[in-house]
Amino acid sequence: MSGYSVEHATRSSRVGVAVIAIALVVLATAPFWGDRQTLRLLAELFTFVALASLWNLLAGYAGLVSVGQQAFVGLGAYLLFAMVILAGVHPIAAIFIAGPIAALVSIPVAALTFRLRGAYFAIGTWVVAEVFRLLASQISVLGGGSGVSLPASVVIAMAPTRTAREFELYWLALGLTVLVLAAIVMLLRSRHGLALTAIRDNEVAAQSNGIDVTRVKLIVYVLTAFGTAMVGALIFLMKLRVSPDTAFSVNDWTAFVIFITVIGGIGRVEGPIIGTIIFFFMRQTLSDLGSLYLLIMGAVAIVVMLWAPKGLWGLIAERFGWQALPLQRHLVSTPQDKS
Amino acid sequence: MPAILALESIAKRFGAVVVADGIDLSLNEGEALGIIGPNGAGKTTLFGMATGTVKPDSGKVLFAGKEITALPPESRCRLGLARSFQIPQPFSGMTVFENVVVAAAFGNNEREKTVYSRCADLLERCGLADKANKRAGGLTLLDRKRLELARALATKPRVLLLDEVAGGLTEHECTTLIALIKDVRAEGVSIIWIEHVVHALLATVDRLAVLHGGKFIASGDPHTVIKSAEVAEIYMGIAADA
Repeated sequence: MSGYSVEHATRSSRVGVAVIAIALVVLATAPFWGDRQTLRLLAELFTFVALASLWNLLAGYAGLVSVGQQAFVGLGAYLLFAMVILAGVHPIAAIFIAGPIAALVSIPVAALTFRLRGAYFAIGTWVVAEVFRLLASQISVLGGGSGVSLPASVVIAMAPTRTAREFELYWLALGLTVLVLAAIVMLLRSRHGLALTAIRDNEVAAQSNGIDVTRVKLIVYVLTAFGTAMVGALIFLMKLRVSPDTAFSVNDWTAFVIFITVIGGIGRVEGPIIGTIIFFFMRQTLSDLGSLYLLIMGAVAIVVMLWAPKGLWGLIAERFGWQALPLQRHLVSTPQDKS
Repeated sequence: MPAILALESIAKRFGAVVVADGIDLSLNEGEALGIIGPNGAGKTTLFGMATGTVKPDSGKVLFAGKEITALPPESRCRLGLARSFQIPQPFSGMTVFENVVVAAAFGNNEREKTVYSRCADLLERCGLADKANKRAGGLTLLDRKRLELARALATKPRVLLLDEVAGGLTEHECTTLIALIKDVRAEGVSIIWIEHVVHALLATVDRLAVLHGGKFIASGDPHTVIKSAEVAEIYMGIAADA
């Protein structure tokens, strides 16, 4: 009898982890080498990586194609402004309180939307987000339909200088994104991740092999709401102003996020990261073209869907068998004399 | 002693097509039952209703004497009712090994790490050891069928439902498969096997039933059933194969 061991890491994942580690060090020191403009752009990029990664978990793995995640972005944003303005909570603490509250809110939302399947679920989640937007515009203490700014006293209290505040927000964006990604990777490496990956590949077979598909989907939905609300709270803390139309924007928080995930590679952790880089590159180089930029983006999305339906990372991963993160379980047989 | 798996007056129709017309079926513990029937007779739907992926219009499903008609597929799997799909349904983006680990960990409700060695042994038994780290989506049809079987066995079933696992196999592969299934039986697993490859069934099962038009039209000793006039009529031209 020979022995067995199971390993996650492969050669490509060792390279991947090394590259990610180096990138993290470079990004963490950005305040010392980047100008104000660069920091702002990078912080925004991080929040999109986080949003797209969360949507990827939801749609790419659990098969829950929601077009209503702006509900939780906006909810997080409004929770932050409410806590800060009405209760005097520290903004950073408010980000971390917004997460669990949104998770709680997502449970009744799931009870409602999980009755719908496929396209109906997608539309249902959008309707819920619109309801949230309309509710937010009714809150007169938070400016009703026109929104509200963060009081100057709160902004000043965050850090002694404007530069210090910007550094703080930058590191917060990087930290939160790393936290979200780490949580997703840990989830996927766990027993739940095994179930989730099986559901991604084949729901019927997953059920027939003992996986409680509905329960796993509910867990993912709630966790995604948790993360999305925290990211939403941070985005609007950086913007210093919130309004129903910006906080619950289907364009910004869902359409772009879907674009990112689809071109990067849906159903793979690496996909949203690649997708966000491409999205920001296109936006920075093409934004002078006005609405033509949106047309080009649409064309790119169509081409990718036709020629690389699993996204750019999907193409690479299947061609070369690469994984940038050690997620897959590999069976290694150990020689007899060792065991 | 109650039957390990029983269907009681199960009925199912898809529009005007009747696929189960009050079917009664009972499988004894340790028994191997073969089911044959022409295409569209309702064989696969019968497995669907036994495992919970298809809801019968009326009737009951019992497992070890307890009614399970309302239970979802995952609960039935954990009770010990495993199935291999006629059209293989691999988790195509996962490795072959991971496919089996999923079935072992969730189908038998175990911790992931405790199932690793059992899964490795199963791959060996099913002839997939050298493909353990390959993506399941890249397997040939034969290997996909092997994987279906390995996954079903990984759930530690008390009842194993096999849906055309021998179709398309060479003579040698078929012999290996029969040996494997006999092995599984010897461990006390009860089996229902739907198959068009009649000689494989005759070599393995204790009882043979013929499904036609949503009803069992014959059931009994395999060799007697296969020679009966009705079966010969349905399987005209195939009868010589037996």
